[in-house]
Parts: sequence; structure tokens; C-alpha cells
Amino acid sequence: ALPQTVKIVEVGPRDGLQNEKTIVPTEAKINLINMLSESGLPVIEATSFVSPKWVPQMADQVEVMKGIRKKPGVSYPVLTPNLKGFQAAVSAGASEVAIFGAASELFSKKNINCSVEESLQRFEEVMKAAKEAAVPVRGYVSCVVGCPYEGQVAPEKVAHVAKRLYSMGCYEISLGDTIGVGTPGSMTKMLEAVTKEVPVSALAVHCHDTYGQALANILIALQMGISVVDSSVAGLGGCPYAQGASGNVATEDVVYMLHGLGIETGVDLSKLMDAGAFICRTINRKTSSKVAQATCKL
Amino acid sequence: MGNVPTTVKHCLSYRQIIEEYPWFRSWLQEEKEIVPTRVKIQLIDMLSTTGLSVIEATSFVSSKWVPQMADHADVVKGIQRVPHVRYPVLTPNIQGFQDAVAAGATEVAVFGSASETFSRRNINCSISESMLRFEEVISAAKDRQIPVRGYVSCALGCPHEGRIEPSQVAEVAKKLYEMGCYEISLGDTIGVGTPGSMFKLLQKVMNDVPISALAVHCHDTYGQALPNILTALQMGVSVVDSAVAGLGGCPYAQGSSGNVSTEDVLYMLHGMGIGTGVNLDKVIETGDFICNALGRRTNSKVAQARNRTL
Repeated sequence: ALPQTVKIVEVGPRDGLQNEKTIVPTEAKINLINMLSESGLPVIEATSFVSPKWVPQMADQVEVMKGIRKKPGVSYPVLTPNLKGFQAAVSAGASEVAIFGAASELFSKKNINCSVEESLQRFEEVMKAAKEAAVPVRGYVSCVVGCPYEGQVAPEKVAHVAKRLYSMGCYEISLGDTIGVGTPGSMTKMLEAVTKEVPVSALAVHCHDTYGQALANILIALQMGISVVDSSVAGLGGCPYAQGASGNVATEDVVYMLHGLGIETGVDLSKLMDAGAFICRTINRKTSSKVAQATCKL
Repeated sequence: MGNVPTTVKHCLSYRQIIEEYPWFRSWLQEEKEIVPTRVKIQLIDMLSTTGLSVIEATSFVSSKWVPQMADHADVVKGIQRVPHVRYPVLTPNIQGFQDAVAAGATEVAVFGSASETFSRRNINCSISESMLRFEEVISAAKDRQIPVRGYVSCALGCPHEGRIEPSQVAEVAKKLYEMGCYEISLGDTIGVGTPGSMFKLLQKVMNDVPISALAVHCHDTYGQALPNILTALQMGVSVVDSAVAGLGGCPYAQGSSGNVSTEDVLYMLHGMGIGTGVNLDKVIETGDFICNALGRRTNSKVAQARNRTL
């Protein structure tokens, strides 16, 4: 049986914009987040407290955090790769954070310059500080069904990393198909392994649409009991491993499917599309959402 | 929706091969520029080498209505027929059927609608009038032992009427099946369906037409085609229509996508361990060919990703 309600975690302002070439003015980021808040989304990933040297798009992290209109009942998690980032985030007013692990050794080395084990140790520091500050932490695992460097990724490895993050204290683990290569076949195998180690109620899926498989993969995940889905308004954020190919799945398309299934999300699709239209105009980009494309033209 | 692995195995044990109907005819019909006959023939010949077992080649409608298909006889005569591959053609009426047979067609298709308004606007007659026309075709086809496939359009929604009840679709599907169509393809003409409406549709139609005689023809206008196809597979459907490179926009939503791309469907099916007999690389190559010939970008995400992977 499918879940009656699905929580959508909107990653557009962070994961989406991080992978867009055009630097978005702070004002526009704040406006986007405010519009998303109005659409009924329960969780909106606002920014990332990484060094601006690495991710210039997120250089205005403090201003964004302080500038947004926080809607009651809505969470605004931010990425914190290490203790320093965590401390900066909390000073800027963040009340939820996220940490980012990988199921692939090579990906971990190339992406954050350390092994998976080393990254987990860094996160222990963040977890400790977060616990003391009573700040909830969400854990991400990337490359769960494929790695741009290693190719295939063993489901057991994904389960191991997910379990570690969960045992450390992450309240939720988001499983990311970073390069979008997953299919209902590989998703099923991976989720079977992970659900042996982490309760399904603490799991989320973060599917990329690079090979057009995202919605089918999300459907399979729902059928296996997952009720938290990450997506990005207008499908913002291409794939850094396949130039010009799509990346994040579009929130509008996910919401369309969920509502068609009779699943509640709390999201007003037309307000969501307004937010999508706004950001696409701002960065002069066509939406990647098929629902947005179709609806504009009927 | 059922337990996923069991349903997938069910598919495998009943039908090892998922048949694909690349809807070459449909998207070509949407192309504004007339595609040269030799390009059409080359496209079909390339598709014939990919392992696809059914390739809908052309349409014997009056060239007055669909100029793109005016060369229908030349196409049928010009293609290199590969053994074990079938090349059905659309025949809206007895005239079209006779022309198709004269040109050498060995399988035909008729196209009904679940929506009265769509029927009247698309083929200028009511659903029941269209059924009479099809009866003539099917009768003539029976005499010559030519198989007939039936299509039902607007199965999950109509651009004019909006909501379409599963019972409306079931009625038309049942009629076509009882008249003698060996297979009924249910088409989400404007791509508005979701796994929710697909499930309800199939649940109803399965009461009147055996699941083994059903196919799904999903449009990707709202990005829902693959989850809709997945839902259909889980319910036992094992025949899927698609179009190489996903070409063929939606005539009801200017600029939007229409047909689901064969490459993306294959990627999903193969990823699920479902046999199709089709070589994905060859389909991608064929998609590249026709996109170059038409000066168009592919709508297939798989093709886009493959072409751009660093």
C-alpha cells in the first residue's frame, strides 16, 4: 500500500542552484525561498555552509539565512560539511542541518577529499555539536545506485553508510541517485538492503532524472514504504557528470504524480509553478519540469 | 499496487519479451516539414536491425488530411522487410485498407476513441459510426487473414472533454476486441494520466479484455509516461508503445513533448531485468540519425545523457 502522505524536501535553492552556472543574486534566492514557503512545501533546503571558495553560488549563505521569511511549521535545513560550517550555520540562525556522505570511496575522495570513513569521523564532530545544541541533522548518502567513477555500487555498502549515519543520530537518511542511472530494478535491490539496517520511516529518496527514470524510481520507493521525497523546483540543477544532461527531478512533476495517486503533500501546485517560473526567468533558463511546460501551453 | 518483485517476475514468466511498437508513424505525423520518402525508409530499415519486433510504418489516410503520409505506398514498397518483424499500417476505412493491401501491407491498425468529441473532431464521425467503419475493415482483413490492432485514444483524458471514465474506455476496447482486433492499445493521448488513473483504467478494462491482449501507449507530456508504464507492467501488461527519440510533440499543448522515447523505456525495462530483444545502442544510433535528418534535438534523456557523459 502506498503512503497516504508524502513529505517533499525541496532542494532547489541549494542542490539546484549549486549546480546552475549563473550566480543568482541574494535577493532572488530569498524571494525564491519565500515563494516556495508559500506553496506549502514543508521542508526547503535553504543554503550550504561550505567555503565560498569551493561553491561561489553559496557565498551569500549568511545573508540568505537571515533574509528569508521563515514560515511557521516549515523547516529550512542547511548543509554543513564540517564543524566550522555547523557553527557558522547556527550563528546565522539555522535550526536544522544536513551532512553529506557517499557510498563510493572514489566519489568521496574526489568530492570532499577524504575517504568515506574519514568523512564519517568529521560528521561525528558535527553530530556531537548538533546534539548539544538540540539541532536535528539529516544525513545524505550519494551514489546509492551508481558512481561516475566506480560504476556499480554494492547495496551493502549503501546500507553500511546509511546505518552509520542513522546510528550517529541523523533523524533521516536521504538516498541519492547522484548520476540518475538507477532503475526500478536497482532501486529495489538497494532499498531491500538499506531497509534491513534503517527503519523505512527514516528513509528518503533523492532521485536524479538524467536517464528519465526518476519518477519510476520514486514510485517504486513509495511502494516499498518510503514517504519522503527530495526534488527541485523546475528541475533546477543539471548533472555535473554529464554536461548538459538533466539532474534533479522537478518538484512539479513529482507533485503531479503524487496528487494523481491520491497522496497528500500539502503543496499547491500552481503556487509551486509560480516559484518555478520566477527562478527560470531570473536565471534565463527553460524549466525542466514537463508539467510546467505543458501547463503553460494548453 | 502489489508487491513489486513478484509482479515483475510475473511479467517475465508469462512473456519473456516485451514487444515495442515504436510509433514512428505518430511522431512523423506531427512533424511540420515533409520528410523525404528515402529518409522514412532508411529510418524503418535502421529500426529493423535493432531487434524491435513491430514497427508501425505508415498510415493509409487520405493525403489531403495528413500530407506527411502521402507516400504511404512508396514507403511500404520501399522498406526492407526483416524476417520476424511486423510492419503494421493505419487504415481508417475500407478504402485505406484496400490501398494498404495493394501496396503489400500484411498487418493493419484501426484507431478509435473513448471520447465522442475527440472522435468527431479527429476523424469526423461519432464513436459508433467509426466502429461501423472499422467493422468493414476487420471483416475484409479476416477474409485475407490479416491481423488488426485496435487503438483507443483519450484513455486517460481528453483535450476537449477533460475527464474520461474508465468505463467509456472499456466499452470501446471491448467492442474492438470482440470485432476481432487481436490487441488493443490504450492511449494516453494528452499525457495527463498518472499511476493512479492508469491503475483504475486497467482494473476496469481487464474485466472486458484479457490482459494479454492489452498494450499501453503513454505520452510523456506531463513526465508521467515511465511511472505509468511501470504501473501497467505491474498489472500484467507486456506490450508497450513508444517512439524512437521521443519525437512527435503534443498537438494539444504547443511545444510540449508527446510520445515517450523508446530509448528511455528500454533503459527502464532492461534495468528491471525484463527481456525485450532490443539493442539499446542501435536504437540510440537510429535516434541520432533521424534527429540529424530532421535538424531536431532528441527528447530521449538516455540519448542526451549518453551523448554528454564526460
